[in-house]
Amino acid sequence: MGSERMMSIQIKNGQLRKTPSFLGQNICSVSYGDQVRFLSEEAGWIKVALPGKKIEGWIHHSALTEKKIVIQKGTSQVPQKASGEELALAGKGFNKQVEDQFRARNRNMNFALIDEMEKRVVSPGEIKAFINEGRLNPRGGLL
Amino acid sequence: MKPMNRRRFLGLIGKGSVFGFYCLPWLSGCQSIGPISTAASKVGVLDPKKAQAIVKTSQAIAKTFEDITPEQEYYIGRTIGAMILTKYKPYNNANANRYINLVGQTLAMASNRPETFGGYHFLILDSSEINAFAAPGGFIFIARGLLKCCRSEDSLAAVLAHEVGHVQEKHGLKAIENSRVTSALTILGAETAKAYGGADLARLTDIFEESISDIFKTMVTRGYSRSQEQDADKASVNILKTVGYSPQGLVDMLKIMEKTLKPEGHDFAKTHPSPGSRIKDIQDEIGKPAENVIPEIRKSRFTSHLHSI
Repeated sequence: MGSERMMSIQIKNGQLRKTPSFLGQNICSVSYGDQVRFLSEEAGWIKVALPGKKIEGWIHHSALTEKKIVIQKGTSQVPQKASGEELALAGKGFNKQVEDQFRARNRNMNFALIDEMEKRVVSPGEIKAFINEGRLNPRGGLL
Repeated sequence: MKPMNRRRFLGLIGKGSVFGFYCLPWLSGCQSIGPISTAASKVGVLDPKKAQAIVKTSQAIAKTFEDITPEQEYYIGRTIGAMILTKYKPYNNANANRYINLVGQTLAMASNRPETFGGYHFLILDSSEINAFAAPGGFIFIARGLLKCCRSEDSLAAVLAHEVGHVQEKHGLKAIENSRVTSALTILGAETAKAYGGADLARLTDIFEESISDIFKTMVTRGYSRSQEQDADKASVNILKTVGYSPQGLVDMLKIMEKTLKPEGHDFAKTHPSPGSRIKDIQDEIGKPAENVIPEIRKSRFTSHLHSI
């Protein structure tokens, strides 16, 4: 048990997938700070298991960190005491609180447009259709 | 370093010469220390020991920006984006913006760093400048003027993949002066039980503003180093090949850009190596041009989405 290799999700929202591909079927959602158990690795993708659940799936290594991410209950935007290299504190440093302070100092900045821009997301299904329609031939497991 | 006075900071993003007048002595391209010292050692300018010492120092500098977590990178990227959208208006054409997001997000999946904290997002700027910006974390902006240099989806993909390359290689974060990250880490190392208190928050926000200004100046006014642009072009070619676009799209676009760029422009004319030298630098990476037949459907959807640009 002690030799289990645990990793943390370091992106806001992610997916575990059935196959090592962004267009693979979604199995379940994961969020910032979630801990997962390392199972195996294949061309930049890591197969992980959710502790305590019978769920396994693939996620790209860029969504993972070896560090344990500490999120204080109730708020992911509040820092705690730093204690060692193996820990990454959620909300540490440049965070929502700093952005708010910055916005209070610079009221001419257009953050509303950034919020709008962040909503521009296309689904894996749309991307799959776009690739097929354009007769693109991706290599390396993109499809 | 003294925290930047707020009025001075606001001055930087004011109208006209954005950041141009605010020149700090450390803005001298620390990113190129590694490659230059290696090269200098090869040609015998530096003895190997000295070169090695410099390489070590530059690696230590590189380590520090790695301490910026993806979450912090995201907040930096949002603010850089907000600054860009204070200087430029977005191009409000939902159809065209959706199309570049389809192309761009497909490309991002094929990059070395497909997962950033908040994901990749693309937006067209309503500007005739030949310009594009990649804010940390994946906020990517492309001006109408640069889109006009693209005559096919493959060329458009080349432009967007180049910007994804800057995000993947964290070129924006590398523009932050080392001492700022160090001083931010000093505050973070202090015991902070709950939210940051007034003084710490104010100091952190000062450092945040200074970091943002470092990146903005590099991205908008000064440009990345030539080797960083070469890396972004290499990343672009790799991404294009992985997705199935013709890397020749990059060369086609650069040839048009070469004819269109005005030497006095405050855009790629100022911030990027010349299109001709970029073509030369990337030729080996592309290899022999393959039979480059772009399917009709790719041509027609490119035209139908971007004809009004």
